[in-house]
Amino acid sequence: MTLLAFLILFCAVMIGYMLNLRAARAIRAGGTRLHSLDGFHGGFSALVTLVPTFFIILFWMMFQGTVIQSLVKAGLPAGTLEGLGTGEVQLIMSEIRSIAGGRIFGTPEDWKLEAADRLVSLRATSSILLVVVTVIMTAVLILLSRKTVAAEFRARQGVEKIILSLMIGCATVAIFVTVGIVGSLMFETYRFFEMVPIADFLFGTTWEPQIPIREDQIAAEGAFGMVPVFLGTLVIATIAMIIATPIGLFSAIYLHEFASDRARAYIKPLLEILAGVPTVVYGFFAILVIAPAIRSFGTDLGLPIAPNTALAAGVVMGIMLVPFISSFADDALAAVPHSLRDGSLALGATQAETISKVLFPAAIPGIVGGILLAVSRAIGETMIVVMAAGLIAKMTINPLDSVTTVTVQIVTLLIGDTAFDSPKTLAAFALGMVLFLMTLVINIFALRIVRKYREIYD
Amino acid sequence: MNDMRKIERDVKMTDTKITARNVNVHYGDTHAIKDVNVDIADKTVTAFIGPSGCGKSTFLRCLNRMNDTIDVCRVQGDIRIDGKDIHDKSVDPVQLRAHVGMVFQKPNPFPKSIYDNIAYGPRIHGLAKSKAELDEIVEKALRRGAIWDEVKDRLTQSGTGLSGGQQQRLCIARAIATEPDILLMDEPCSALDPIATAQVEELIDELHRDYSVIIVTHSMQQAARVSQKTAFFHLGNLVEFGDTDQIFTDPKDPRTESYITGRIG
Ligand SMILES: Nc1ncnc2c1ncn2[C@@H]1O[C@H](COP(=O)(O)OP(=O)(O)OP(=O)(O)O)[C@@H](O)[C@H]1O
Ligand SMILES: [Mg+2]
Repeated sequence: MTLLAFLILFCAVMIGYMLNLRAARAIRAGGTRLHSLDGFHGGFSALVTLVPTFFIILFWMMFQGTVIQSLVKAGLPAGTLEGLGTGEVQLIMSEIRSIAGGRIFGTPEDWKLEAADRLVSLRATSSILLVVVTVIMTAVLILLSRKTVAAEFRARQGVEKIILSLMIGCATVAIFVTVGIVGSLMFETYRFFEMVPIADFLFGTTWEPQIPIREDQIAAEGAFGMVPVFLGTLVIATIAMIIATPIGLFSAIYLHEFASDRARAYIKPLLEILAGVPTVVYGFFAILVIAPAIRSFGTDLGLPIAPNTALAAGVVMGIMLVPFISSFADDALAAVPHSLRDGSLALGATQAETISKVLFPAAIPGIVGGILLAVSRAIGETMIVVMAAGLIAKMTINPLDSVTTVTVQIVTLLIGDTAFDSPKTLAAFALGMVLFLMTLVINIFALRIVRKYREIYD
Repeated sequence: MNDMRKIERDVKMTDTKITARNVNVHYGDTHAIKDVNVDIADKTVTAFIGPSGCGKSTFLRCLNRMNDTIDVCRVQGDIRIDGKDIHDKSVDPVQLRAHVGMVFQKPNPFPKSIYDNIAYGPRIHGLAKSKAELDEIVEKALRRGAIWDEVKDRLTQSGTGLSGGQQQRLCIARAIATEPDILLMDEPCSALDPIATAQVEELIDELHRDYSVIIVTHSMQQAARVSQKTAFFHLGNLVEFGDTDQIFTDPKDPRTESYITGRIG
């Protein structure tokens, strides 16, 4: 039925467009000069019909479920829901829904069957109502916009205004999404800190988020000290940056300054392929190649090495970030004016001196911006760590030990049987919040630097 | 002022610093310089004039092998400085450029402090043995660049923060600081106001006691004011070369005459 509503809307838009177009042409044929082109009159009608009706249908789809459910709930025999918790009420409602969908288990009570019938009929009414509303609205809007067609009507401005506000709407979506994400995170984080003191979370050194599932189960109280988890993130991100920064920078300098056109034609696409490899595949690479290599190397030296190591994950993450840093550094080097290079060479500087003393310092803000963005990616990376570094939070900075990271812990906390009111689940949101703040600070920092460096040459 | 210079000019008798024989330059398929032969004297100011695109900058860049840095550019012919072929295998272009300084049309100070801008060349060539010596070189170069008084209190500030004219004088000072024998200047005054132009011209006049200076300019008056020799380029050819006085008062070639009187260009 919703499909039908959309179909009607589509036809209405077409009809409105054609009607106004015809009317405008008729006026023009009569010898009058129109302010706007015929197409704008048609477009005006189409937009005026499309936009409001589309949103009405959208809202209808979003809210009809809730409205119908509360109607059904209100229609239940008095007293049935009295004294029940929200969970039980939800259970009953979903049972009614499944009966309405034709899946009947056991022998439900009569009032449930009645409620299911009512649910079905309400749904049918709602669909029909939607179609009726669509038809009426489109008809009214077509007629209204048909009336506007006149020689002096500024249809172009009308169309431009509508499209402009649509664009503004699209732009604000991103803002609302960000605000929404932060808002939901904040809410859950607040609930978490009601259960676990904030100081324990921020400064605690043990991370053991096991919580007894049943009341009678004997288990340790969960410990939610985030320090070891953040230490893990820090260790892996540091290793990744130690690998990625020099390789990325030197490859950028080579490509930008020394590589022949032929070499560049091969190497650049290869780097881009590297950037497109899914992180799971990097994870395989870590497990199958890097980790065994580290282990056998360690055994040769007589070092004790855990099967999962921060080093393996960090190295592979570093490789993943190489194309990222190298493309940023490449852009930064390309942004340095050619005249500076000429100036240095003309003073008798070698190419190496020119790069290290002039190009590089001039490009450094852009490069630093790229590196900081790479750091945020390293902090947020999950898959490689899950596969290569392990799940156990250890209070260590030894890269040969197994560690875990913030993102990995968030994933493990939310996997499996979870209730959304236990500290175990809510801890994930608190971790997410801290992570969000961390990357936010780094990104702001990075953008600042990048912007500052743009000012220098403009 | 002009009169004094004229007298000076006549007194000077100097030997040849640069000789160019059958120089041809191609950018890909463009033939930018066609069979140019020229002898440039030591301790003289030589002006290159000619309409836009005639190859003045290209020829200038041949003299310090800056054309090597342009991929599509091919230079043929024989160019000698002090009798030595600059395209000889034993000549390192880096060494050559230390002896043949260049000032560009657009001021291009490095985004470093004023001090570091000047000290850049002396540092990479190891001209100073101590900090004090380097300070001395920097001050001397800035003084000769006629900019010392304006910047002496702000040596640690960025060179890019100066005005366009100050930047150009900074770049001239930077080129002088490496003690070149030859100074190539590609339209050094095109970004300057009349006062700064006068300062730079004064500077050029002073420089040519020690260096040979080659200056590309679009201003006939400037060429007449500062140079002793003038070369007129047209469509990649060196049309006429001779004493500045003679070129401007009694040009031999009709093309030179029409350019000077403003009919081509
Ligand atoms: N990098 C380059 N690549 C290709 N062609 C070039 C390049 N530089 C100069 N040319 C060509 O060589 C010719 C001479 O250019 P050049 O820059 O020497 O002229 P110019 O006399 O200095 O002109 P202007 O007075 O405008 O500076 C022109 O036709 C120009 O198009
Ligand atoms: Mg030029």
